Amino acid sequence: MQRRKFLQIGAGTLGLSLLAPSFSFANEANDTRFIFIIQRGAADGLNIVIPYADPNYRNIRKELAIENGNKLDGTFALHPALQNIYQLYLQKQASFVHATASPYRERSHFDGQNILEGGFTRAYELDNGWLNRFIGIIPKQKSEPIAFMQTIPLAMRGTNSVTSYAPSNIPDANEDLMMRISNLYENDAKLYDLWLKAEATRNMGQSISGQGAAAVGKMVGSFLAKPDGPRIAMIESQGWDTHSGQNNRLNGNLKDIDTAIGAMKTELGDAWGKTIIIIATEFGRTAHANGTGGTDHGTASCAMILGGKIEGGKVHTDWPGLAQSSLYEGRDLKPTTDLFGVISYYLGKGFNIEPQKVAQNIFAQVPNVKMFNA
Amino acid sequence: MDEIIAKNRFGLGINPRDNDSFQDMNWFEKQTQIYEAKPTAIKSSPNSKEIVRQYLEVQELKRKNKDNPQIFKKEAKILRDIYLSETNNRLNISVTTNTPFIERLVHFWSNHFAVSADKIEVRALAGAYENEAIRPNVLGNFRDLIRGVVTHPAMLAYLDQIQSIGPNSMAGQRRAKNNPDKEIGLNENLAREIFELHTLGVNGGYTQQDVTEFARALTGFTIANGKRKQFGNSGEIGNFVFEPLMHEPGSRTIMGKKFNQSGADQGAAILEFAASHPSTAKNIATKLARHFAGDNPPQTLIDKLKQSFISSNGDLKSIYLTLIKAPECWVTNNVKFKTSWEWLVSSLRAMGIDETSRIETPTVLENLGQTSWQPKSPKGFDDIEDAWAAPDALLRRAETANLIAKYFDAPLNPNQLAPKLLGNHLSEHTKIAISRAESIQSGIALLLISPEFLRR
Repeated sequence: MQRRKFLQIGAGTLGLSLLAPSFSFANEANDTRFIFIIQRGAADGLNIVIPYADPNYRNIRKELAIENGNKLDGTFALHPALQNIYQLYLQKQASFVHATASPYRERSHFDGQNILEGGFTRAYELDNGWLNRFIGIIPKQKSEPIAFMQTIPLAMRGTNSVTSYAPSNIPDANEDLMMRISNLYENDAKLYDLWLKAEATRNMGQSISGQGAAAVGKMVGSFLAKPDGPRIAMIESQGWDTHSGQNNRLNGNLKDIDTAIGAMKTELGDAWGKTIIIIATEFGRTAHANGTGGTDHGTASCAMILGGKIEGGKVHTDWPGLAQSSLYEGRDLKPTTDLFGVISYYLGKGFNIEPQKVAQNIFAQVPNVKMFNA
Repeated sequence: MDEIIAKNRFGLGINPRDNDSFQDMNWFEKQTQIYEAKPTAIKSSPNSKEIVRQYLEVQELKRKNKDNPQIFKKEAKILRDIYLSETNNRLNISVTTNTPFIERLVHFWSNHFAVSADKIEVRALAGAYENEAIRPNVLGNFRDLIRGVVTHPAMLAYLDQIQSIGPNSMAGQRRAKNNPDKEIGLNENLAREIFELHTLGVNGGYTQQDVTEFARALTGFTIANGKRKQFGNSGEIGNFVFEPLMHEPGSRTIMGKKFNQSGADQGAAILEFAASHPSTAKNIATKLARHFAGDNPPQTLIDKLKQSFISSNGDLKSIYLTLIKAPECWVTNNVKFKTSWEWLVSSLRAMGIDETSRIETPTVLENLGQTSWQPKSPKGFDDIEDAWAAPDALLRRAETANLIAKYFDAPLNPNQLAPKLLGNHLSEHTKIAISRAESIQSGIALLLISPEFLRR
């Protein structure tokens, strides 16, 4: 664990308007690839990068505690489903930031994602996002930045031109939605019965997940590997809202992400060396397990930074600990690192711009840009 | 009367950006005043005359080039494209209309007097049929409406009226002489469905003999095709025409009533008789009641509507007025399970969009099991819950809801949208499920697939 040894740059409110005409800070275009993967639904950071050495971990997680993680250092272990990512860590191509969160301090998915993507301090402040604003401060690229989904997500919406692409032959894993519908129909006997039958039929003809993830990874990799291809991309991953059956679901979701990353790396080939991937979620989950084999909406989580372009192999955190008195509002992992600072830092590093300048130009309130003492 | 019921049950669903506020009955009245029979989306649609001509041309090309389909491929595609673009137009009008109550009635009548694009001759004409026969008559008299329907090329082609020839007509006699072995003559299809479906209803008091008599009266109702010159056909190709030489001579007796008229007047008189019959009043009253007050509507409502039909002499506006004034239509419970079409339209309206060009309408509707103007029979699409609430159908709606949410979720917050769309129909359970969704997209999809939104 890297203890707090950050070079802090002052926090303050934004001088420049978020809609100001953009100009480039980097002198010349470099060939960095940047991929932002949003985990929608609030991913459980405590069981992804597991604080196995924290004396309270097993106590609060009980049967949800993960015992067979791959040790990252003397405090943290990585969820065993993340095999490819663990290999990257050993090769110093993966880092983790723990106890991190956006400035959002409530627990609504919609508002949380709105702020994570918008880069605002209040939900629905503007209809454009930090990744779009970032595109405005780097030299124009040969291909438009791309969202691998049907529509442009808020993070990429704004005045700078972007595109989106979603091949129809990749299975759409909306398992989470299907599960929620069963719950939605609980009080409607007729619909509930119909839905049970529908699901039974549907499950018979299905065998997806792993394949879908590999296909997504391969597709993203192939786009970004092209000499004239896009350099900035965004993907979304769903199904992280694990109020129940958490261990199985988290395992499945992490496997998918890990598979996608593995396929992406293979497909990127040499370009992997120029790649930075940030994986982040809108907020974390409660420190304590709930009564239904899951966890509820919380505050801080972990972010993963991957790619050949980073100097990785570390877990960065100002670890608040899991003692009851250390928990945020007595229930959640306390946020100690501003996620927007983390994003600014890696974007700056990747595109040769002062991280502070990145922060000033893309976030509504300039975060503490913590320059990891790497 | 509440706004949510007015807009969901009587209209086509709430558009959150709509500033058309509902105060009272005036909401309906205003729509009858500003209703446009030909909205912008269909201003430049081809009319049935052009379509029939195109169709005949393709047939001619096919006949002459049996071994070379390349030659008529392009022409045949034009016909397919007409159907697709009319399907798109219909969705576009429904999503954007400012007269949703009247638009719902257009769909109601279109389905009551159903034609089906299953039949290749009808496919390209289906849109024109609704635009020409239904839209201009939706606020008129039932008799005008049915006259428009029965004389439209789409209906004449769909129910085989164009081939029907009176055995004792000039044409019938000549054909019998030239082709003694070939069966030609009456086709009862249109006559039967007018009695059974469009007017009197299945137990409306008519007999097989009445159907045959009516079929005889209708002989000569056809489409001018430029090929019956020897019969003296003078109509412009593609138009409805009455062909005297195909008409079965003689007077007719229907349900004990004598019709002595000759020529086209005979069919028209019988049609008018059927359209004004008390059985018809009951049939229409029952269908309207079922559409607005539930699958098993209260008898009191059926009686009121029937009375209104009779006393107004089939004036549709008077009947609609009776309908919207009836407390039976305003019960608080959601009484109807939406058809796939209604559900899709209301879902898109809920997204607050002002155009639908990004939607592949025919594909989406096919997936949902309700392609426009393509019911399986002249009975039209069923208007009861059991026809629509089925496991696979529900799954398809869930998948479609997910897609709609993906495409259009941009500026919406499902927590705020839900009460706007459902008002006090929104249950606590659904409200919580939506608020707990893991993303905006998932929240919107849950809203669209919720028990409250599936019904109206």
